[in-house]
Amino acid sequence: MQGNRIPLILGAILVVAAAAMFLIPKKEQEEVASAEPLKVGFLYLTTPGDHGWTYAHELARQEVQAHFGDKVETTFVENVPEGPDAERVVRELARNGSDVIFGTSFGYMDPMLKVSKEFPDVKFEHITGYKRSGNMATGNIRFYEGRYVQGIVAGMMTKTNKIGYIAPFPIPEAYQGLNAFAIGMREANPNAEIMVIWANTWADPVKEADAAKVLVAQGADVMAQHTDTPAMLQTAEKAGIHGFGQASDMKEFAPNAQLFSSVNNWAPYYIAKIEQVLDGSWTTGEGPDHWAGNTWKGMADNYLELTAFENMPADVKAAAEAAAAKVEGGYNIFTGPIKDNKGKIVIKAGDALDDGRLWSDVFFYAEGIQGEMPG
Amino acid sequence: MLEDLILTVLMTSVPLVYAATGELVVERSGVLNLGVEGMMLMGAVAAFGVAMVSGSLVLGVMAGAIAGMLTASLFGILVLGFATNQVATGLALTIFGTGLSGLAGAPLIGKAIEGLPQISLPVLSDLPLVGKLVFSHDLLAYGAVAMVAVVAYFLKRSRAGLVLRAIGDNHDSAHALGYPVLGVRFAAVLFGGFMAGIGGAYLPLMLTPHWAEGMTAGRGWISLALVVFASWMPWRVLVGALIFGGITIMQLAGQAEGWTVPSQFLSMLPYLATIIVLVLISRNRDFALANSPACLGRAFRPGK
Repeated sequence: MQGNRIPLILGAILVVAAAAMFLIPKKEQEEVASAEPLKVGFLYLTTPGDHGWTYAHELARQEVQAHFGDKVETTFVENVPEGPDAERVVRELARNGSDVIFGTSFGYMDPMLKVSKEFPDVKFEHITGYKRSGNMATGNIRFYEGRYVQGIVAGMMTKTNKIGYIAPFPIPEAYQGLNAFAIGMREANPNAEIMVIWANTWADPVKEADAAKVLVAQGADVMAQHTDTPAMLQTAEKAGIHGFGQASDMKEFAPNAQLFSSVNNWAPYYIAKIEQVLDGSWTTGEGPDHWAGNTWKGMADNYLELTAFENMPADVKAAAEAAAAKVEGGYNIFTGPIKDNKGKIVIKAGDALDDGRLWSDVFFYAEGIQGEMPG
Repeated sequence: MLEDLILTVLMTSVPLVYAATGELVVERSGVLNLGVEGMMLMGAVAAFGVAMVSGSLVLGVMAGAIAGMLTASLFGILVLGFATNQVATGLALTIFGTGLSGLAGAPLIGKAIEGLPQISLPVLSDLPLVGKLVFSHDLLAYGAVAMVAVVAYFLKRSRAGLVLRAIGDNHDSAHALGYPVLGVRFAAVLFGGFMAGIGGAYLPLMLTPHWAEGMTAGRGWISLALVVFASWMPWRVLVGALIFGGITIMQLAGQAEGWTVPSQFLSMLPYLATIIVLVLISRNRDFALANSPACLGRAFRPGK
């Protein structure tokens, strides 16, 4: 058995080397300033290589670094899985002297909450969650606002009255987006119908491309997506139809197909929060109320940005601009009366979903969406 | 509409056919390489990078194949040269390939290329019913079927194929007869890498012309399952890949049609079907083992 050791060690080295590629914190080397810089740590679910969700966070981090210069030192850890591993990484960052820690995925919520209690002097900012404590706050973007504008454009652009929609997982955020899209579409075109495919993934380009091809085969001539890769838009480009990009500008992938992209812009949120920490005004809005004292902003504050309206006639463009202006002016998209696809009133006339109910009362298929809700 | 759906099924099956056919030859020689996913990813990133820089899809496919072979050679050196545990090394290869392809692909993020052109044979593809389905694919799709035919012929009819199968079934006897066990196995491993590399290349060149980290999303593992599904017979790989692709597309189409089945269940269907078939096959022991290489996964140490 002696002879077996070397190969085993070689194998082990290969495994460790491969594993090490994932979990090494990468530091931005900055000039050492006279004053001790504020240390800010970021947790990423994947690498910026997704060209979607994490990419947008990384762009914002770079903007933070550029904005504050040597007053702030940023660190990030890529490929942090949601769950026990996240807890370990968060604790590591806190122990190594981070003053502020941003967790950029929903699943970091409980691990961060736990660690926040162990490090009362560290400020925790969790993205897209709802739990908070005395030193843990929540931040999010109103992604659904862009989808309402998409719906209006889709309704006006479609000739077949069939619109394809690739959804990720059946969670509140996905229903906010899908229903906002349907509400916008029906305002523009009461005859259009949405075919939904739940991909049950955030990013699987081949599956997304397959789903898009299926939607095209079934007659869709406009497609929208809540998944992250440009696969759907590339399919639309090839099929000669139209679609919307997600999370970052995807024009390069589909110069003739992209109507516009909704781009997540986290930089103003990060900068505002870090400024609050620097001047001592940072608070958490601790408590059960969903968004009290926390950050949930959208198009009006440039947290969500729409790229140029392209590949559409002038009247559609004008309607899109009007809809965007309306949303920026504070219009509540979920204003009743709103019916579900069985004709039942789900939001009464005179009623509108407030920020809390946007997370609990969105589980329906609005009028215009075909089929039944997934389980 | 049905025609377009079937075309989508055929295309989504192509990478599986390549990777599984390659792995089938590897396993027939008695080596189990669980690193298919890693080799596919290396093939995918190399193919996309080279195709983007050179503007040539042919060069891209070749780069994918070579990257797959290089990755496989690492596995071959460890497993055959140092007689490491095949399962552990294969798993390490997948992790390694996932990490390295991500690193190498970082500068390729956000770039787009034109996909391979489809070849529509002018008269034939206008034939009713079968025309579009049979005569309007890209070259790689036809290549997949051709490779299955070549491998089937090689294993069944050629002398070299017979030697390879003999080595897979009993490496000690083959060694005693004077056949180069390690040499043949290394060649088989390289062929497996070659095929996995092409299968990987098909994703960013043809199915969705951009690079995304980890874009194989488990297709390497499905290819491994397909080899067992096919009970180590090349033509059955083709059938298995089509069934898998068919169910994948069917569940997507079903959702768009508004089927009242939970989408989570539908997403599970292709994998569920694979497991059910595997269980059915292994219930009949004789059938399952008829073509199973007897030395599969066992290290060969000459002179012992």
